[in-house]
This record gives sequence, structure tokens and C-alpha cells, in this order.
Amino acid sequence: MSSPQIEIQLIAAIVAMACAIPGVFLVLRKMALISDAISHSILPGIVIGFFVTQDLNSPLLILLAALTGVITVVMVEFIQKTGLVKEDTAIGLVFPVLFSIGVILIAKNANDVHLDVDAVLLGELAFAPFDRLLVGVADWGPKSLWVMGSILFITISLLILFYKELKVTTFDAGLSSVLGISPLVMHYGLMSVSSVTVVGAFDAVGAILVVALMIAPAATAYLLTEDLKKMIWLSVSFGVFSAISGYWAANFLDASISGSIATTLGVIFLATYLFAPKKGLISVLYRQKQQRIEVSLITFLLHLNRHEEESERHINHLQEHINWQAVRARTVLDLAEKNNLVEIENNVVSLTEKGLAFTEKSLEYIISNKDEKIEPMKEDFFLFRG
Amino acid sequence: MDTQKLAVQIDDLTVAYNYKPVLWDIDLSVPEGVLMAIVGPNGAGKSTLIKTILGIIKPIAGTVSIYGKPYSKQRKLVAYVPQKGSVDWDFPTTALDVVMMGTYGKLGWIKRTGQKEKKIALESMEKVGMLTYKNRQISQLSGGQQQRVFLARALAQDASIYFMDEPFQGVDATTEIAIINILKELRKAGKTVIVVHHDLQTVPEYFDWVTFLNVKKIATGPVKDIFNDDNLTKTYGINYKVAVNK
Repeated sequence: MSSPQIEIQLIAAIVAMACAIPGVFLVLRKMALISDAISHSILPGIVIGFFVTQDLNSPLLILLAALTGVITVVMVEFIQKTGLVKEDTAIGLVFPVLFSIGVILIAKNANDVHLDVDAVLLGELAFAPFDRLLVGVADWGPKSLWVMGSILFITISLLILFYKELKVTTFDAGLSSVLGISPLVMHYGLMSVSSVTVVGAFDAVGAILVVALMIAPAATAYLLTEDLKKMIWLSVSFGVFSAISGYWAANFLDASISGSIATTLGVIFLATYLFAPKKGLISVLYRQKQQRIEVSLITFLLHLNRHEEESERHINHLQEHINWQAVRARTVLDLAEKNNLVEIENNVVSLTEKGLAFTEKSLEYIISNKDEKIEPMKEDFFLFRG
Repeated sequence: MDTQKLAVQIDDLTVAYNYKPVLWDIDLSVPEGVLMAIVGPNGAGKSTLIKTILGIIKPIAGTVSIYGKPYSKQRKLVAYVPQKGSVDWDFPTTALDVVMMGTYGKLGWIKRTGQKEKKIALESMEKVGMLTYKNRQISQLSGGQQQRVFLARALAQDASIYFMDEPFQGVDATTEIAIINILKELRKAGKTVIVVHHDLQTVPEYFDWVTFLNVKKIATGPVKDIFNDDNLTKTYGINYKVAVNK
């Protein structure tokens, strides 16, 4: 690997980490859409900042542009508070206005300014290594590496310092306020960090793809864990993995790096959505099917339990008595037999001792609805794990 | 009454949403050590009253004091149980962690929870009978268990005044009895407990103090003196027959 290659991957990985951390809290606060709004509305801030500083990596530009991001949030909340429109409508009203102001500013000054809308929206990671940070004659590496590195450092420091506060304000704003941990302060803190991150990252991956790096890793992690700390770790890992593998995919396909990274993120999310062990679509469908079968099984056992007469328990009559289709009756009967819950003698089904005990326990559970009644049964039956 | 300390005192309180008053000129004094129900029809402002006392909602007029001082100075004396439905129970955390949140107030900003906070949280969970579920994901808890976790969290706040917003909503009879027993124990220990309550039938059995609210304060005082048809009718607007003395 050449040194620009390493530098590009390093920048991509750092951008991914810096985005994933605020992303977790945006997703948990159901504010994913606000990151989209911020990513657009920082455009006028970037343009004005660029007029002032003439340098896309200047800290002043980043702060000016991030301020536009926070202003977006304030405006959205102001419109929402009037009670005349809902939040999504307010977001849809605010950011196109700010974004178009940015577009007009660029168009009016296109001749003097080396800045175009495409560059802001899509970024170009491949060019990042060309813009060096020079101290005297010494080359300290790409500027964007330093910019994003600093933003990541600040983000991690704030996360460590305010983890407890972020958690409680995200979970229960009412309680936080009572405890004296202001939800408003944490809200604007998170919005500021998100804005700064988006501005810092737009140069590398583009303002739009920043949204993918913020939301997709967190959404993927959310499907895999029920622990906040793990969710943060997983998000960061998914972000970095997508950044590196996206880079190589772009290399292989000769395509846009940031496009490939976002696509990788999408593919990882899709795979997780389908195959996640607990919350994944396939696992959910499988569990529902199992539960259906087991409900049928209990219905069947209860039927056997209630009816002494052989005619009710004849194997060929089960179907009409419990009103099932043949396939279902067969599946349920097999399941009951496999678990030694029933025995079949002369085509007449009867409960075994185990079956009787099981039926009684199930009944007790159905009547009492107490979890502890079925603890031992959870091992064998999906139904009782729900 | 004059010699008894006031846990909460509210003067001329008015709260409005978009300039429409939801609480209108409320004066209310709650003596220390009572177990009080706030009752009133839907939209009467019961939750709003609690949230305003706790500073979550800003009033447009009036003052609230807790033991004679504004709420912001008395935070550590107050615990709060919000409505169960006000939070997202799919949030990735465990029951114990939620209870630990009760200790954050005394801990203050930035400082981390340690063994001491964990011990407080575990003791609180034991009091509400939830110790066995301490590592359970909160999404896996039943409605009654979630309510108990919230109650444990309030106990972990170790306060003098407890505010609870409909703690009996959506819980079964066993949990309801368990909760009311804990509230009665809190009162016995000299704490003040203020509960937004919906079930008028249980007021005389559970509470010793009651406030009737319907945008304005209708009445407040000991259950045995003021929980009668007259006040119920004034509050609910219809001739509300509750067999108080049966």
C-alpha cells in the first residue's frame, strides 16, 4: 500500500468513528432525520466561512458552519412549538431554505471561489491527502486527518465525561430534569457535536454521506444488542469496517470512495436486518411460526385432557374436532410424539404422564399468567420465551 | 395545621399551553407526611400540576415552594415517577441500570456511579421485589415489572417527597397492592407521597389526603373530611356516586 492509500483509509476510519458516536444517540432519540437536515443546512455556513477564511479546513469555518447546523435545530423547534405543524414538516421547511441560500451564494460567487455544490455534497476522499498540513517546511500529513482527529478526540472526551448524562436524558428527559441534569443542555450539546462532525466530515465524505455514517452503524448495532455501551462499540466497529472495506471496493470497482462506503453500510444493515439473532426478520418469522405450532400443540393437549371418550381422540377425527388442516394436524401430532407428550395406541391418541404434567403446567400458566410457572419449559419451547 | 410543616406550597399558579390555561390560579398546601391522591377528569391538569411543581413545565404565573424554598434549591429532597408510557422501553439497558439512574441526582454532573450507588439500587430493587430481574433487559419486563422498576428508581433517589404520575396504570392487582404497600411504608417513615390517581373507588382505602382538580382546584384536605359526593360532583361535573361510607 502506498502512503496516500493508508492516509485515505485512516481518514475514512476516523470520520466513521467520529460520526458513529453521536449517531447512536441520534438514533436512540429518534432524531435521525435531524442529521439529514443539519448536513444540508450547513452549506451557507460553509460558503460564508470560506469567504472569510479561504480555507476549507479552518477551525473558524467549521465553527461558523456548525453554528448554522445548531440554528437549523433551533428554527425547527421554534416552528414545531407553534403547534401548527409537526416536527417532520418543520424539518422539511427549514433545511431546504438554508441549503438553497448556500447554493445561491456559491452560484453568485462561482468565479472567485474554488468551491462547488458537488464537492460539498459528495466530497472526494481521494483528494484528501493532497491538502497537507505544513509546519514550516515539515509535512505533518493531510489536514483533514488533523481536523477529523481533533473532532474525534473531542467527541470521545465528551462521551466519557457525559456518558451518564447522555444516557439518562436520552432515556427519560422528565426524570433528568427533576434530577438537575438539564435535558436541554445535553440536547444542544449533542446537536453541536453532530454539527461540528458533519462540517468536519463533509470535505472528506460529503455532507450527504455523513448521514449514512451517522445513522446506519447505529441502526445496525441497535438490532444486535440491548446494551448501550456495546451499541456504541458495535457502531464504531461497523463504521470503521465499512470505511475500510468501502475503500477497497471503490478501488476494485474504480468508483467513488464515499459512495462505496455508504453502500457497504447499507449492505451490512440489510444483512443484519435479515439475519440478526433476536431482532432479525428471519429469526422473528421463525419464532412466530414456532409459537403458532406450540399454541396449536397446547390446544391439542388440552383437547386430549378434556375428552375421555375414544371417539374424540381418534387419530382420523382430530382434524375435524379441532378444526385444523391436515398438514397442521400432522405437524402438531409429530411434535407431541417427538416430545413424548402423547402416545398412540390403535389410532387413539392419549396423553402420557409427561404430557399430562405439561398440560397442567400450561393451564396453570394460562390462568395465572405467572412467569415462574414456565421457567423450566422455556428451554424446550419458543412459546414460553416470548 | 399551622404548626405542621408544609412539604409543598403553591400560590396563584397558572399554567398555559399555547395561551390556553390548563391550570388556573391554583393555591395548594400539602402538609408533610401525607399520602395524597390528585384526582380529576382527563385533561384536568393533574400531570401538568406535578410537572410544574417539579420545574419540568414553566408556569406563566405563581410560585411553588418545597419546604419553603424554590424547587431548584430542593432537588435532592424530591423523587419522581413519570408515567410508564413516557419513556421508550426498547432503550438498550437493564433494569438495574434504570434504577441506578435514581442516584444520578445526588451524584451530580460528570461523577460516575460506584459501589455505593449500586448498593442503593440493589436495595431499592429488593424492596419492590425486582431483585431477580436486575439484569433483565427493560424491553423484556411486563408492564407491572416496569412500574416496579420505576418505583425502585424513585426509592433510590432517597427523597423526602415522592411524586408519582399514575403508578397504577396498566398493572395487575398484585402489583397494585405491592406498590400501595410501599407507598404506605414511605408515609410511615415520615415521607410525603403525592400520586396522580384515576381509580376513585380506591381513594379512601389507599390515601389519607386528597386534592380534587379540574383546571381549578376544587378542594383539598383529609380524605375522611372532603371525599364526598359534593366534591366529586363539582370535579367531574356529573352526579358521581361513590360508596364512600360503605
